[in-house]
Amino acid sequence: MSEEQVTVAQVPDISLQFDGKVTTDTRPGYSGFIVGAENLLEVVKSLRDEWGFDYLSSVTGVDYLPEGKMEVVYHLYRTIGGPALVLKVQVPRDEAVVPSLYDLFKSADWQEREAWDLLGIHFEGHPDLRRILTWEGFAGHPLRKDWKEAYFEEETKPYKSRWPEGQTGYIESNNPFHDNVQYPSGFDPDTWISAAEEALYASAKKIGRDEELHTDTVVVNLGPQHPSTHGVFRMVAALDGEQVVFLKPVVGYLHRNHEKIGERNTYLQNMPFTDRLDYVSSMSNNFGYALAVEKLMGIQPPERAEYIRVMMAELTRWMNHVFSFGFLWNDLGSYFTPMIYALEERELILDIFEAVSGSRMMCNYFRFGGVARDLPAGVLDKVKELVFERMPRRLDDIDKMLSTNEIVRNRCIGCGVLTAEMAINNGASGPNLRASGVPYDIRRADPYSIYDRLDFDVVVHYHGDVFDRYLTRLDEARQANRILQQVVRDIPEGPIMTGKPAYQVRVPAGESYGRVEAPKGELGFYIVSTGKPNPWRYHVRSPSFINLISLEDMCRGGKIADVVLNLGAVDIVLGEVDR
Amino acid sequence: MTGKGFLSMLFGVFKRFVMTYVEDFRKGKDRYYTAEGIESRRKADVDGIFTIQYPEEKLPVPEEFRFLPFLVYEEGENGEKDLRCTSCGICAKVCPPQCIWIVRTNDPVTGKPIPEPKEFYIDVDICMNCGLCAEYCPFDAIKMDHDYEIASYTREGNIYGIERLSKPLSYYSGIRPTNFAAEEIARQEKEAMKAAAKKPAAPVEGA
Repeated sequence: MSEEQVTVAQVPDISLQFDGKVTTDTRPGYSGFIVGAENLLEVVKSLRDEWGFDYLSSVTGVDYLPEGKMEVVYHLYRTIGGPALVLKVQVPRDEAVVPSLYDLFKSADWQEREAWDLLGIHFEGHPDLRRILTWEGFAGHPLRKDWKEAYFEEETKPYKSRWPEGQTGYIESNNPFHDNVQYPSGFDPDTWISAAEEALYASAKKIGRDEELHTDTVVVNLGPQHPSTHGVFRMVAALDGEQVVFLKPVVGYLHRNHEKIGERNTYLQNMPFTDRLDYVSSMSNNFGYALAVEKLMGIQPPERAEYIRVMMAELTRWMNHVFSFGFLWNDLGSYFTPMIYALEERELILDIFEAVSGSRMMCNYFRFGGVARDLPAGVLDKVKELVFERMPRRLDDIDKMLSTNEIVRNRCIGCGVLTAEMAINNGASGPNLRASGVPYDIRRADPYSIYDRLDFDVVVHYHGDVFDRYLTRLDEARQANRILQQVVRDIPEGPIMTGKPAYQVRVPAGESYGRVEAPKGELGFYIVSTGKPNPWRYHVRSPSFINLISLEDMCRGGKIADVVLNLGAVDIVLGEVDR
Repeated sequence: MTGKGFLSMLFGVFKRFVMTYVEDFRKGKDRYYTAEGIESRRKADVDGIFTIQYPEEKLPVPEEFRFLPFLVYEEGENGEKDLRCTSCGICAKVCPPQCIWIVRTNDPVTGKPIPEPKEFYIDVDICMNCGLCAEYCPFDAIKMDHDYEIASYTREGNIYGIERLSKPLSYYSGIRPTNFAAEEIARQEKEAMKAAAKKPAAPVEGA
């Protein structure tokens, strides 16, 4: 980072190319390029094939209500590393139609569906543009700035009714219907049949039918409440015998519109809400959000805070991966005993989180420009005990119990293969991507915090099956351990906060995209500020959500029993998928 | 040999099973239902049974543990409660789920606000225990509690009023001794600075 090095991973000024079809985004605080909707496909295809931007990380929209514009924002990366190339397409709000990138990047699939669902942007050419997070009968597109929720009180927090004349009361009494459901006009819940659901079943039944033998596929719903789906999650599968010929995940059962809540919140208020995304690794979520806002504010946390942050993030990573081994065992049918082994290790780390932040899971520990409080006395010694003794030993135990176990090997090897091309095209990230032979780790590819000074390896395995995903996590946990050992050794004394702690931070107008290598993959926060106390747009690029796009590719052609295993190996948390 | 890996896993599980008894035998009765026993089961070198038998046993919570806010009051000489809260409204403004309602007191004669709350409500059903109110209170008047056993049968009464929220300073210094000590030192320093600043003719009033 320090010396000026010419890297391959620099963003070219593409406004000089493409015969003026691309212009630089000159709004203050913004970066990237604006391209016309009619030229989008051509430009993206060229960027992918000629410029090496082969990884479409994030697709989202921003509703610029005052200007009457809808903007679609694309973040493209090179899997060899480097910063993002940000592309934007501006269309009128009333007829927001943008060509779909589905044919170029399959990672656009769910993200475009999400943008359609929440913002009402129509992606032309998308083969399956259904709602994804809200239900089919939902009235309106909730992230549009003129959409109001059932309990709507005010555009932004803090609400005026709280102080100085606090009008206390139950929130539902604000609603004349005492009901938090909104229906479209003319909607009758008794007779309504979801057209999208019908279409989903029809397309599942269509595949694999043999007209001559009059055989039929069987359509099976796994979920939404199913003991082997890690939460409220549903898969519609069509089976030919035991073989899966069609599989579509259905998500959104835990949807709470985190992004709308985020846009109502002030910047600081949103910090505890990020804990609720991937509730297994809340510290990492804090990290990503803090980075995005700090980028906008242009501040840097002091050295000690950086070390504490990395320590917490790596403890989270270790814990998450060990947790995922427990679930792997569980999904293989060894019910809950090994899961409890994993939970034991997690408990000890949660003890540390609790001592540091005050809460075991909902840590809310990071602040803009540092962390909430210094490590209490004795915590560092506890961490040292863990990282030098218990954690490496436990990893070896797990390695011994799983890696040579014949049942694990027979079930996992060759199951749910995802090739490198598919993984990149599907936008898979984290261990899922690296298990397919793509050495792409944001801590190395686009370093943040102090990771460029730490000594660790990017773990990569090449078969892309469930077993390699497990091995990747195992090795990654070892690397996390290695990072932790360096961190506890080198952690300096000093302040933990840049500037004074303030409950209202001043964030200049502009946009920023902060991303971290969360345990599950690339966790990105896209924030647009207008200089007000609340973000204008707050988008989460959640790794679990986008990794699930690959699930269909993993399961197709395999046995139905392996679906459970594949789902477990993707390692999702529904709080983050459904947001 | 096929099956060796599988057997070694089974052996691992069996070893853990046996170890629970060995540990129990070695530590004897003190392992359960005693403070030392609980402490020994939370150490990094623990083997055997890990579980804390709640509610017979309870994990001691760390000082930073946060669960629902309460208002700190200082006890006067003849037992009157002097709330530290000045109803400045920062906690209500910083609260992420907006579960704090404050009614400010106005002087009946002049109509000017008086620095004490008339009413103070927290809807504990909505509170997300984030601790931001305690963190940003400039008067150390609202703090996070340690008492997590507040289950009730109905929602009624879950909007806590000023009575239910107020707890004495001695309670606060009891559950958070380190924080309390640090705050006291900061307060004394501040007062010393104020006193030093007051010596010249023009006193500068801060917050």
